[in-house]
Amino acid sequence: MAAEATQTVLAVDRLCIDGFSDGNAFPIVQDVTFSLAEGEVLGLIGESGAGKSTIGLATIGILRPGCRVRSGTIKFAGQDIVNVPDRVSRKLRGEQIAYVAQSAAASFNPAQRLMDQVIESVVVHGKMSVLEARARAIDIFKQLQLPNADTFGNRFPHQVSGGQLQRAMIAMAIMSRPRLIVFDEPTTALDVTTQIEVIAAIKSLVATSRLTAIYITHDLALCAQIASRMLVLKDGRKVEEATTRQMLADPHEEYTRTLWSVRNLDKDANPTSASILDVRGLDASYGNIQVLKSVSTRLERGRTLAIVGESGSGKSTLARVVAGLHPPSGGDIRFNGDKLGPTFKHRSKETLRSIQMIFQSAENALNPRQTVRQLVGRQIERQRGLKGKELQDATLELLRKVEMGPKYLDRRPQQLSGGEKQRVAIARALAAEPSVIICDEITSALDQVIQHDILNLLNRLQSELKLSYIFITHDIAAVKAVADEVAVMQHGVVVEQGEKDQVLDNPRTPYTKLLLSSVPEMNPDWLDRLLSERAASRNANLHGTAA
Amino acid sequence: MNPLPFKAQTSDAMSVWRTFIRKLGQAPIFALSAAVVVIGVICIAVFAPWIAPYGEAEIVSQIPFDTWSSQFPLGTDQLGRDVLSRLIYGARNSVGIALVTTILAFTIGGVLGMAAALAGGVVDNLMSRCVDILMSIPQLVFALVLLAIFGASIPNLIMIIAVLDATRVYRIARATAANVVVMEYVAAAQLRGETSTWIVLREILPNVSPTLVAEFGLRFCFIFLTISALSFLGVGIQPPTADWGSMVRENATLISYGDITPLVPAAAIAVLTISVNVVVDWYLDIIHGGRDGC
Repeated sequence: MAAEATQTVLAVDRLCIDGFSDGNAFPIVQDVTFSLAEGEVLGLIGESGAGKSTIGLATIGILRPGCRVRSGTIKFAGQDIVNVPDRVSRKLRGEQIAYVAQSAAASFNPAQRLMDQVIESVVVHGKMSVLEARARAIDIFKQLQLPNADTFGNRFPHQVSGGQLQRAMIAMAIMSRPRLIVFDEPTTALDVTTQIEVIAAIKSLVATSRLTAIYITHDLALCAQIASRMLVLKDGRKVEEATTRQMLADPHEEYTRTLWSVRNLDKDANPTSASILDVRGLDASYGNIQVLKSVSTRLERGRTLAIVGESGSGKSTLARVVAGLHPPSGGDIRFNGDKLGPTFKHRSKETLRSIQMIFQSAENALNPRQTVRQLVGRQIERQRGLKGKELQDATLELLRKVEMGPKYLDRRPQQLSGGEKQRVAIARALAAEPSVIICDEITSALDQVIQHDILNLLNRLQSELKLSYIFITHDIAAVKAVADEVAVMQHGVVVEQGEKDQVLDNPRTPYTKLLLSSVPEMNPDWLDRLLSERAASRNANLHGTAA
Repeated sequence: MNPLPFKAQTSDAMSVWRTFIRKLGQAPIFALSAAVVVIGVICIAVFAPWIAPYGEAEIVSQIPFDTWSSQFPLGTDQLGRDVLSRLIYGARNSVGIALVTTILAFTIGGVLGMAAALAGGVVDNLMSRCVDILMSIPQLVFALVLLAIFGASIPNLIMIIAVLDATRVYRIARATAANVVVMEYVAAAQLRGETSTWIVLREILPNVSPTLVAEFGLRFCFIFLTISALSFLGVGIQPPTADWGSMVRENATLISYGDITPLVPAAAIAVLTISVNVVVDWYLDIIHGGRDGC
């Protein structure tokens, strides 16, 4: 692909960007150099806080508020893009550089039809007439494999799915045939099965239109499907740069390896035992919408039951019903053989203590106005009745259990990182000395390396304290790392449940197969292979029904 | 409230205080002068008997509506009482009563609003509809009717205005708390078996307090103006007690003669209400300093 190495579209040279907080400058990006040739796709990979989005935005001539380029240059087609008047960079953005943001839902105006929004920019910049623009948009919709491409643009944003909206956003970006597109985590907010649609669309665009693009993500496997070259960032510095195949086959830096170590975590199954939690024929609804339809499942003492499914499958509702935050409309839950009350109001203090819940977003689960001492201490005080010195010791002991020191005692949540917040939430759950912990997507907001640590922590705590977990997730890698048993949910029904190895290696239902095959693999050919397999099976089905 | 047995709270308060002192040095001149006005009025109110040259209801001159002189710096009123002295005592009455009323309104409205947001469902609906009914009657007219029924005494005045204003506070507290109630830390507290009182005071209140403080500044001014208006209409603070609102009314006739004396208490009302708002705005800026991450 580098045979016809042509013109350099983008050249970033020793770029340093500073941020300001409370009057002090601190470096966000330090000494990053890279270039991008015509027709090349570069993957920018890193954890949150690595500076990848800041670089992405800088390449389109935008600096976040409070940021400043300290030194270095960014040249787009030989022209400096940072130190030019706004007017010039805006013109470049309208015509030659495009940006696809993470959340399409937040980027579309809900009150306008998609078509009007997709063509607005090119029409306003006077590059096309409305009719030409519409025709081109429909072409692009077809290219992006959107359903009913001819009429797709007549819909409003809320009438299409998340994956379709993200593709509409890509359509908007390539309307003006830009020379450079920056994709900033375009699939992070999507389910694995939807993610495939978007990734496949981007991939086909790259192949047919020879796009020059920067693809920003924290997901190496995903990036490998699209990028021809990858650049790994950490704390604003370049760690490693190599072609995709070389990077996957033989990463030079230790840090790069840790980025996908979470995918290699595996746990030997704990022995089966008596069930501690039995869910039988559970129904639940929000208003008229039934979310859980006769769900039955069981959790064994000392083991982990992973509940897997897409968003909207009802897995979080199941967690809330079991925890007592949402009343069921039918069926029952038995804990140690005793029937549980419908909500927390009907449950004894002892039951509330025994079943703890950890929430997806530690951000929302920790009161921002309380210190770690109060957050964890209140639980101990409440559940175990400790006071004064004993309370302080118990708090410190719990922090130690989740690998945090005494210096965290008087910090508030906003002074903690994402992983630290989740550790505090875990410590708070442990403070009650529970026998069951419900973990609702607790790693999905975290970076890979931190996920790895938290999952290891959960496993260690399980073996030390004989805990039973209900682990809710959409991430198959996390399932491999913690689960003993797996239940797969779709549309409020458990479609399959069994031992982990059996479900993951030998899925019985088509939905489980689809879900498992949609998980990106660390192989640049994975997507092509998967798409051709799916096409083949579709054809086979068609012929099958015809015959 | 039983405070948590944690010494962190005091050290916390210390650091807040230190930040406050540091920010005081950086305060804009407008905010500083407003703070000086507010502190000045409070001092005047507290030390009124020592500052005022004459007594509150003391008739010191045979000449009503006397002009400004060295003996009576702001002249005398319709009964020959010293206007300056009454202005000073008025600060005590007007500000004191307005402050008590506002605090009462916030206690009633704030607690009920947060409780309604937490309870939801029937309780919330019932309370909100009652509040709607109270709010549907024009406030000043309603206050006049109630004062006519219960009699124009100071405790009645405080209670009636506090209850009527609590409806506004209830609305704000409920709306803000509704955004906090859905947070998972409230769910976590419920699962811990905390009582509603604890959840309202410990989990919700600290997170709605910036909004409530902003509203406190505004409400204080409105209540101050309501009391002044009621006094002006003759059903508020009763003579001979001095109060800025009734002083405007008592001396109103002077305006026709080109004398600006009645505008002095009016100006005092205006300056104080504006100052309170500026100070509250500035205070909110300080505690929201976290916006840029500090």
